[in-house]
Amino acid sequence: MERRKEPDMSDRAKEVVQIEKIARGIRERVLAHSLANNGGYMSQACSSAELLGALYGSILNFSDVKEPIDPPSFIGVPEVGVHTYKTGAQFHGEPGPKFDRLISSPAHYALVIYAALIETGRLREDGLEHFNRDGSTVEMIGAEHSPGFETTTGSLAQALSQAGGIALARKIRNESGRTWVFMSDGEFQEGQTYEALQAAKFHGLDKLRVIVDVNMNQCDGPMDTVMTIEPLADRIKAFGWNVTVVDGHDIPAILGAAEVETNNPHMILCYTDPVRGLPILAERAPVLHYLRFTGSEERARYEMAYQEMIK
Amino acid sequence: MSYEIVARPHQQNFIDWAKDKPEVLVLSADLTNSCEVGKWRDTYPDRFFSMGMAEQNMLGFAAGLAREGFEPWLHTFSVFLYRRPLDQLQMSIAYPALKVRLVGFLPGIMTPGGVTHQAIEDIAVIRAIPNMTILEVGDATEVESVLDVAHAVDGPVYIRMLRGEVSRIFPKNEPFVLNAARILSTGSDITLLTSGVMTEEALRAIPLMQERGVSISHLHVSTLKPFTDPRIVAALKSAKYGVITMENHSIIGGLGSAVAEVMAERGIGVPLQRIGLADTYAHGASQKFLMSEYEIDAAALVKRVESALGRKLNIHETELQEQRSVSLHSSAKAEAL
Repeated sequence: MERRKEPDMSDRAKEVVQIEKIARGIRERVLAHSLANNGGYMSQACSSAELLGALYGSILNFSDVKEPIDPPSFIGVPEVGVHTYKTGAQFHGEPGPKFDRLISSPAHYALVIYAALIETGRLREDGLEHFNRDGSTVEMIGAEHSPGFETTTGSLAQALSQAGGIALARKIRNESGRTWVFMSDGEFQEGQTYEALQAAKFHGLDKLRVIVDVNMNQCDGPMDTVMTIEPLADRIKAFGWNVTVVDGHDIPAILGAAEVETNNPHMILCYTDPVRGLPILAERAPVLHYLRFTGSEERARYEMAYQEMIK
Repeated sequence: MSYEIVARPHQQNFIDWAKDKPEVLVLSADLTNSCEVGKWRDTYPDRFFSMGMAEQNMLGFAAGLAREGFEPWLHTFSVFLYRRPLDQLQMSIAYPALKVRLVGFLPGIMTPGGVTHQAIEDIAVIRAIPNMTILEVGDATEVESVLDVAHAVDGPVYIRMLRGEVSRIFPKNEPFVLNAARILSTGSDITLLTSGVMTEEALRAIPLMQERGVSISHLHVSTLKPFTDPRIVAALKSAKYGVITMENHSIIGGLGSAVAEVMAERGIGVPLQRIGLADTYAHGASQKFLMSEYEIDAAALVKRVESALGRKLNIHETELQEQRSVSLHSSAKAEAL
């Protein structure tokens, strides 16, 4: 008797559970770290936990690392003719034509990215002990020696162009792997972003993928009080890109958007909540960019929130 | 003195040179024919990438391509390689020490395009950027041979390039050598260091001064960074009455400043006079007019030498005119851009 072939939902369901676990781990680790160090980029963890969980946990086709890597000490800046330098891309496994690449643009998400690397077995759990320590590569604002980074993008909106160059090189070589860029929404205020959008379309970079944490907040506060970027999807579509808009906490939606087949460069706009999973953070509105406790009382309340989170 | 005039020495030479170098790409920002790479594009269409009028992004793409093992040669006007995209030059290219070649045309006051097109502080800005190498060509031989020099540098290179009608001052078999000044004459009264098109300009006055008994060491400097050439140190030490620098650039931060640093560090205690744009912007006019207006020509050099020696040389302007070999900003390049 021929059995009707059901779409295999169990694998996808398992995948979602796995990503939920990674996302929870990201929030917990960033909050624990912020408690221990009197501050951190907390709202970025709350907004991007599912997005980065989906990327590192499922979407990205990276080669495996043998075991979680111990972050190296800082050995010096790149120099002409010196090639001993290793970028943080080593945490993404050996590169190859069929593998994906990830260029992370908002370097201040470093703590969140380090947490994602730990949750996916690429960075040693005690790696965060080196965070923001003198002589460490686990820097507060990631640079190309920092785990998970391969370009220096702390001056925002330069990553998309660099990734465009990488994607162009891979296109010339007919590589099948995709080049992913993780961006923050504030970078759509910079003119260079739009230069990169037009160039990616013009040069037919069909394996370029961008995923954006649209948390609608920036250093000065809510983006619509600083400089609005909406209608963002329409703007990007107008440049000839393929655009998918999703709820950035809806893991199946993110995974579905990542599977879209297109002959154009593709962008996934993940609209997110910068206090998701940590409602107490909303008290700091309108400025959520960086969490620094006002005193021992506030710190104690976040400690309680942490105990609640890890229950 | 009269030199062979070579029409567009870069155009065909760059095509021939790139033939067996598949990693060499050209990125252009809407000034393709103005930078003599239109024919290159038609010869190697798969290796040419039009990036449009968007230099910040062009530098980022170049960085990505270089990270992947390609060697992008960016062709545009000098000003558009370091002024608008300075942060991109620093963070995307210079910090990671990538093999990107920035070929900058119209250095200094070689264009009637005015202040927006005149790169008068490019050397000053780029000299302060770690990992950069800065080269400047002074004739057709250097236009041709700078390619090998830049190609061999395992990091980012900025080239002050010449286009159009270019004199051949140096023999074809004496190519550009990295960090090695050309010693054009030796003497003990004055040491003169010139760069770029200023070398040809200085050569109009030097024989006249030598005829009048002035003993001049003249060095043509084509590597602005690194600036560690022992020939330069030796020549500076040998100057009895003074050192003069002459550059198609602001006197701040370029050749004159580099020489001042070497003299101060080595304790070379003779007066230094810097010929160049004296901390001023210029405007749109012919090269010849601007060189005269801002006193960065052969006549200005004679005055500076007279000042260093404390005596008049009685060189008449007509004598200097007779020495002119090229019709500067000739009608052959009617299109200013």
